[in-house]
Amino acid sequence: MSGAVPKIRVRGLKKAFGDKIVLDGVDLDVMPGTSMVVIGGSGTGKSVLLKCILGLIEPDEGSIEIDGADLLHMDGKAQTAARARIGMLFQNGALFDSIPVWENVSFALLAQRRVARAGAREKAGEVLGQVGLSPSVGDLSPSELSGGMQKRVGLARAIAAQPEILFFDEPTTGLDPIMGAVIDGLIVDCVKKLGSTAVAITHDMASASRIGDRAAMLHRGKIIWSGPADKLLDSGNDVVDQFTHGRREGPIQMELRR
Amino acid sequence: MTAPLDWLAALGAGAIRVCRIVGSIVLFALSGLSHIVRPPFYGRLFGRAMMEIGYYSLPVVALTALFTGMVLALQSSTGLSRFSAETAMPTLVVLSITRELGPVLAGLMVAGRVGAAMAAEIGTMRVTDQIDALTTLSTAPMKYLVAPRLLAGIVALPLLVVVADILGVFGGFFVATAKLGFNPSTYIATTLSNMQTQDVVSGLVKAGVFGFLIALMGCYHGYNSRGGAQGVGAATTLAVVSASVLILAFDYFLSELFFVR
Repeated sequence: MSGAVPKIRVRGLKKAFGDKIVLDGVDLDVMPGTSMVVIGGSGTGKSVLLKCILGLIEPDEGSIEIDGADLLHMDGKAQTAARARIGMLFQNGALFDSIPVWENVSFALLAQRRVARAGAREKAGEVLGQVGLSPSVGDLSPSELSGGMQKRVGLARAIAAQPEILFFDEPTTGLDPIMGAVIDGLIVDCVKKLGSTAVAITHDMASASRIGDRAAMLHRGKIIWSGPADKLLDSGNDVVDQFTHGRREGPIQMELRR
Repeated sequence: MTAPLDWLAALGAGAIRVCRIVGSIVLFALSGLSHIVRPPFYGRLFGRAMMEIGYYSLPVVALTALFTGMVLALQSSTGLSRFSAETAMPTLVVLSITRELGPVLAGLMVAGRVGAAMAAEIGTMRVTDQIDALTTLSTAPMKYLVAPRLLAGIVALPLLVVVADILGVFGGFFVATAKLGFNPSTYIATTLSNMQTQDVVSGLVKAGVFGFLIALMGCYHGYNSRGGAQGVGAATTLAVVSASVLILAFDYFLSELFFVR
């Protein structure tokens, strides 16, 4: 890396739940305007890592910097302001059932008072258009949408406030391969259009190679490999190779057998 | 030899657990109350909670109060006749309804109907990451989800109890005049002359406290639910049971406060 300040810099991040150590000293740099994909098996702490950066879980140790400012040592207001610059697409969409789609999409804009309620509906229609949905979808309830549409609405909600940083938690989980590719394409377009820095966590290799500029693998609470996303299938690391190629035999399975 | 120590350790662990739960509920309540008075205010959510707690609970509270007033007149007539004190029946009915039965029965009915719904709604939001999503969208979940419901509980339940008081007294009046041969104007005059402002006000204050407790238990158990559908189910049960027990316990303490000198 050059001397440029990473947009997101994580150092020595540790988190345990009781006796179970989930993150055991994670170091991660994400440079401005790039997309980082974090891969790893189920239960390796990928979502916990994202939630620590978002402030949804308090880490036990370590530092999390955004543009060089340590999030964990800011006062409450500064933390809230820093985190308002982050948009998040949750694994299951996490749309609010009690309000219509248009209100879900414009939620952050209304919360940050960047748009009046009267103009929010129109703005939501515009953002829905960016993710390939008709503005009329805005009048529906989230429960009336298919899984793919819910992901698109979740993406629209994440990008509506034009965040500097976007997080994607398993963006293609539960979708068919075509819809998965559509969602990946939308993510790439949105990130490029907004000029945002993106972090996606996934165990879908096709999705990882489509979304990421760079990739990192989280294993046993640590980042064990990072490099260009197009090197994922040819990383030279036994653990990464086994994971990306989905082989039964290899160091990960050997650990399971112990 | 270690058995007494084990017993003592278990007792201590239990006491610590109880203190932890009580402390957690008190901190949750204080946080919720502090968000009620600090902007931004979510008027629409408060209105929705008022409809949910107040308007939609009106039929069940009204019917409960009406039939309670009727059965109270019927039963007290039997009891009082043994002492040739039937004329005290209007006073007994109005005091029982306004001081105790109106607020307590309305509280228990609302706890069953609304406390469960609140815990289920907020619990589902918790297990489907909607509460985390609120935080990422620059919105404090305590302010958005909890504060409007707490305020609505405090405001709506006294309004329901006003209706319950009127219908409960009317139920007693109806049975007394239609079935037990009371003179209507005498019944009304006795009721009004023996009812004091403090009887009604104390009932309404109790109702405000019960409304707060119902909303607090619904929000607290929903907010802290874990583990999918089973966790939400457990939160719902806990919300109703704990609100009901707290209503009865606080009813005693508030009665001590208002009426024992």
